[in-house]
Amino acid sequence: MSDASTTSSGGFPNPLAWLGRGTLGLLSEIGRISIFSGRTGLAAFSPPWNLTQLWKQIVAIGFYSLPVVGLSAVFIGAALALNIYTGGNRFGAEQFVPNIVVLGITRELGATITGLMLAGRVTAGIAAEIGAMKVTEQIDALKTLSANPFRYLYAPRFLAAALTLPILVLVADIIGVMGGWLVSVYALDFDSTTYIRNTVDFLTMEDVSVGLIKAVIFGMVIALMGCYQGSKSSAGATGVGRAATLSMVGAAVLVLAANYVLSTFFVQIGI
Amino acid sequence: MTKPLLELIGVEKSFGPNHVLRGVDIDVAPGRSLVILGGSGSGKSVMLKNALGLMTPDAGKIVFDGEDVTHDQGKEREAMRARVGMLFQSGALFDSLTVWENVAFRLLNADKMKRSDAKDQAIETLKKVRLGASVADLRPAEISGGMQKRVALARAIITKPDLIFFDEPTTGLDPITADAINDLIIEQVKALGAAAVSITHDMASARKVADEIAMLYEGKIIWRGPASEIDHSGNDHVDQFVHGRADGPIQPAL
Ligand SMILES: Nc1ncnc2c1ncn2[C@@H]1O[C@H](COP(=O)(O)OP(=O)(O)OP(=O)(O)O)[C@@H](O)[C@H]1O
Ligand SMILES: [Mg+2]
Repeated sequence: MSDASTTSSGGFPNPLAWLGRGTLGLLSEIGRISIFSGRTGLAAFSPPWNLTQLWKQIVAIGFYSLPVVGLSAVFIGAALALNIYTGGNRFGAEQFVPNIVVLGITRELGATITGLMLAGRVTAGIAAEIGAMKVTEQIDALKTLSANPFRYLYAPRFLAAALTLPILVLVADIIGVMGGWLVSVYALDFDSTTYIRNTVDFLTMEDVSVGLIKAVIFGMVIALMGCYQGSKSSAGATGVGRAATLSMVGAAVLVLAANYVLSTFFVQIGI
Repeated sequence: MTKPLLELIGVEKSFGPNHVLRGVDIDVAPGRSLVILGGSGSGKSVMLKNALGLMTPDAGKIVFDGEDVTHDQGKEREAMRARVGMLFQSGALFDSLTVWENVAFRLLNADKMKRSDAKDQAIETLKKVRLGASVADLRPAEISGGMQKRVALARAIITKPDLIFFDEPTTGLDPITADAINDLIIEQVKALGAAAVSITHDMASARKVADEIAMLYEGKIIWRGPASEIDHSGNDHVDQFVHGRADGPIQPAL
């Protein structure tokens, strides 16, 4: 508070100094994240791979996320169907519920919901785990035992997330569409067979692929944010907690930003 | 005198305004045991981390086996670390692995040894630190603090390194186990010809394992001599430390 360069006479932060410092801080943070991501990517895409660690992470990140992803998807699908029905009702377009549900889920919501839920469950978990290893000197110990943390810790998490996210999104797509079907048939009096036929007719490989490609990118973002924040965690339980929070917020925002950028890209190239 | 295996030359390290190391000069030769004394927070652990390349000095050089390794990366750094063992002050055991997997970590990962062979060797090494095979399959969280320390010690010596750093090897151990650890350090040095650098506050241990003793104070080595001279060093700081007196030239920073 007493730092003269950031406070003006009235005791309020000098907005220019604050803005300047903030911008510089942000730029150098982006630089550090880029270098970290580059080194992780390099370790992930070149041998030797640590298959034991990779398998452990696939189970931890992929398998144990199934319940949370499934539950989120069924509720989102159900709510989506309900809202489209109500909205469509206003101009007599209720019959498009199955079409819009399947489009919305496969292109957009399946991937974003999975990405957001995993930004919570997986990113924070990775950051806390790596952060605890950092502050208890386990990462230093790894190095002295000739194990490179990029190969041993970060790359397996990165690969596991990038590989399992598309599978989770596929699951979310199926369950999300089912959620929409459940509400439509049991609450909105749609005919089950017609609903399913409309869904299948309207479903395209392109829409599904859009969601799956997004999922790969989200997986990378989720793992990288967790590993990065964990690896620079400061000492103590507060440091680790802070790393978990920062990583989770960062991953969630980046997932949404990446989603927008990718959506624009796919629309541009006409998929 | 034999050529030193490790030399620190004018090593400096600061954290912001905190000038921890201010020009440390020290060396240790194969088959010799060096003990470093120093108050809590004087930078002993930081000195070891600089020597190992876990931190990069702001100034000065680290010379290992005649080569300047201060800024080594990648393959060169690995080559050095393959010959060095480190016992961290906190143990730094991997809590996701079992005790034996911790001890055999280098054998399993860097050396790609078969698991059954690595396990045999880990159990063999655990015996040297007075731990039975029954702990091998437990996780670090399931054993006591003193046992964790010994597991970490076993991990540091399993590959018979040429240079071993012990950061407070006997802290938290009962006197009998502590003495067994002292013997173990001596065995590493005398029988296997390793160079050892130990940090300790335990004067009994220092007297027993040291060939030479050095004292770190205000970021520099202020005294160094044969272990036999520790009681007549002629240095007030060393005297105060050796006798554990609160009065004297060393005052806690308040
Ligand atoms: N990673 C770090 N970042 C910032 N400061 C650090 C870091 N590591 C150590 N320090 C500071 O360096 C100083 C020396 O720490 P060090 O751990 O080397 O002490 P020590 O001599 O080993 O003490 P002890 O006997 O209590 O273990 C302390 O003031 C500590 O706060
Ligand atoms: Mg220390």
